[in-house]
Amino acid sequence: MVAAGGVTVTQYFNEMYQNGKVRAPYAQLEDWMNAMPAQLRTLKQAEAEDLFRRIGITFAVYGEGGDPDRLIPFDMFPRVFTGAEWGRLEKGIKQRARALNAFLVDVYGRGEIVRAGRIPARLVYQNEAYEKAVAGIKPPKGVYSHIVGIDIVRTGPDEFFVLEDNCRTPSGVSYMLENREIMMRMFPDLFRGNRIEPVDRYPDLLRRTLASVAPPKCSKDPTIVLLTPGPFNSAYYEHSFLADLMGIELVEGQDLFVEGEFVWMRTTEGPKRVDVIYRRIDDAYIDPLCFRPDSTLGVPGVMDVYRSGGVSLCSAPGAGVADDKAVYTFVPEMVRFYLGEEPILKNVPTWQCGRQDDLGYVLDNLADLVVKEVHGSGGYGMLVGPKATKEQVETFRAKITADPGNYIAQPTLALSTTPTFVAEGVAPRHVDLRPYCLVGERIELVPGALTRVALTEGSLVVNSSQGGGVKDTWVLAE
Amino acid sequence: MLLSVDHVTRYRYDQPVRAVMQSHRLTPSVFAGQKTRNWTVTVTDGIPGGTFRDGAGDVVQSWTVKGPVTEIEVRVTGTVETFDLAGLLRGHRELLPPEVYLVDTPPTRADAALTALAHAARNPEGALSTAHGLAAAVADAIAYRPGATHAHTTAAEALALGEGVCQDHAHALIACARAIGLPARYVSGYLFATADGSAHEAAHAWAEIHVAGLGWVGFDPANRCCPDARYIRLGSGLNAQDAAPIRGIARGLGQESLDVTVAVQDLQQ
Repeated sequence: MVAAGGVTVTQYFNEMYQNGKVRAPYAQLEDWMNAMPAQLRTLKQAEAEDLFRRIGITFAVYGEGGDPDRLIPFDMFPRVFTGAEWGRLEKGIKQRARALNAFLVDVYGRGEIVRAGRIPARLVYQNEAYEKAVAGIKPPKGVYSHIVGIDIVRTGPDEFFVLEDNCRTPSGVSYMLENREIMMRMFPDLFRGNRIEPVDRYPDLLRRTLASVAPPKCSKDPTIVLLTPGPFNSAYYEHSFLADLMGIELVEGQDLFVEGEFVWMRTTEGPKRVDVIYRRIDDAYIDPLCFRPDSTLGVPGVMDVYRSGGVSLCSAPGAGVADDKAVYTFVPEMVRFYLGEEPILKNVPTWQCGRQDDLGYVLDNLADLVVKEVHGSGGYGMLVGPKATKEQVETFRAKITADPGNYIAQPTLALSTTPTFVAEGVAPRHVDLRPYCLVGERIELVPGALTRVALTEGSLVVNSSQGGGVKDTWVLAE
Repeated sequence: MLLSVDHVTRYRYDQPVRAVMQSHRLTPSVFAGQKTRNWTVTVTDGIPGGTFRDGAGDVVQSWTVKGPVTEIEVRVTGTVETFDLAGLLRGHRELLPPEVYLVDTPPTRADAALTALAHAARNPEGALSTAHGLAAAVADAIAYRPGATHAHTTAAEALALGEGVCQDHAHALIACARAIGLPARYVSGYLFATADGSAHEAAHAWAEIHVAGLGWVGFDPANRCCPDARYIRLGSGLNAQDAAPIRGIARGLGQESLDVTVAVQDLQQ
């Protein structure tokens, strides 16, 4: 068993054990773990898998082949934060979400941050994700990104770093809710013994957030819909799950149409006006009259309705300019510029390969760095220097040299570990954290998040598309 | 000049379509070079949608038509008083900074030939001289010949062919300007060319290049000049599709055919 052997790992922060002693928030879990015979654990793991399969929560993995409906592995060992730890995280997350939205309002308005020389004009205005179609629009409550997913890693007791921001349509929140649901069903005693903050208010808060950004032309209780690309999308389960929990319609592009100044939904009782669209389709596909003319997933004319105040789109097209990996470097600057505050959450030091000095450093130290594509996501097209073969490093060297502006590099972070059930028992595995911050009239964060875990020993890549799993994430009541 | 416009676009569908949605950029720009006396856009059985001024200063108006329908007519009529500003877009209110117009798009991507053309036209006297040089170089390299190209021809293809129409000239000029770091955009509008109003390409397009200190300056390589009082400016974009006066889509299986007539006349003659 590796249970107490967690202490042998010295260069990584182990969230459960420090100096051979269990940290306070994990004390009860240690008893729980020790009291669980291997046989029961196997049984429980099978039960959890069965539950996930029955509710139909699967995650399609692009580009890997194999079974598109395979389950994302669920690890039963919860990850725990104390109320005090979470309190500080919460402040930092909300601060960042406010700054990101202030940035979006600014760059689609007068662009003060660019005029002030705090961020290069090129990074903003020549950014692929910049949509000039939304310039000059004032979205309700000044919000462009209504659900901000912020990926955070921990490297020490008080060391938290933001890896990246997700301002478009971050997915995965259904796992946060389902992981909790399943843990409560399987281990009710754990929840009696620990005072764990609930996360089940999330759907209600999301619905209220969406309702709070109803457009100026809506004078009644707003009608909200969730627009999905359809069942072939990898996150379709989440779309239907959230629509169901919020009590709103799940629609595809063909269910909506534009007539006059508004968007309408086809219903059995005739057309019904739609006020807020929580869209889970990409910018390029939203409206063939404004973006890709060949898109059949969107709603022709919806952008004109949006821009003339007849409907709200959540998130606003163009919100992605704030979560680009090159723009990321400037988020701490945004916090200072717009809020006049010091950033609570730190950025990971980042080298821009587009800068001559940085490029030299990156090419000289490739074997020690993590290199990412500026617009990449899901852990694809990424080099983890210390884990890569010589050939992989050289392939990346060629790619970076050919198009330096497309790459950024970061030090390989010592991601914290939490205990995880593995074939041999329990062992430390690296984790990250994705909280979902809601921004509307108010700014809300449920005390919980999605913890992703790299199940392969030593692996630092937690993306589900690269074989990562998920855990229930607890915040203990103070 | 006092220009009158009568611009009719007729859409026909070989079988009835269920609905038609259109987004129009058909309102004359507001700037010192033109003053709109009257202006009307009508769409057969059209329901007007919301209207707004976008970040580039263009007025956008959408329309929907409920089907079943087999024919729609979009008619633009009006009178605009115009002044010769030698291509300058003076007094035009817009929010977007010129840097936005440095991005690449497929039809305006500079290949090696366009990049070489751009570099050869560089003028040490400054951006304005360079811009004039670029416009002349594009006009020399691409002869005006209707029918040689189509709606989806790229700037690089038109240059290789050596022939094209105003859209190709504008795309090529934009590609060259951006290749040497000058913001450039596509402009759609009308052109008064002959007294009887039967001008070729009365629905016209040209390019604007941003010159530091001067702002946006229009260049029309097809006519080897800068826009003057003969031009009416409607709107702009990164390329022809982005600046299209009418973008539309029909719901249904009917195949669309299009018929356009434009008459621009000088009322003071």
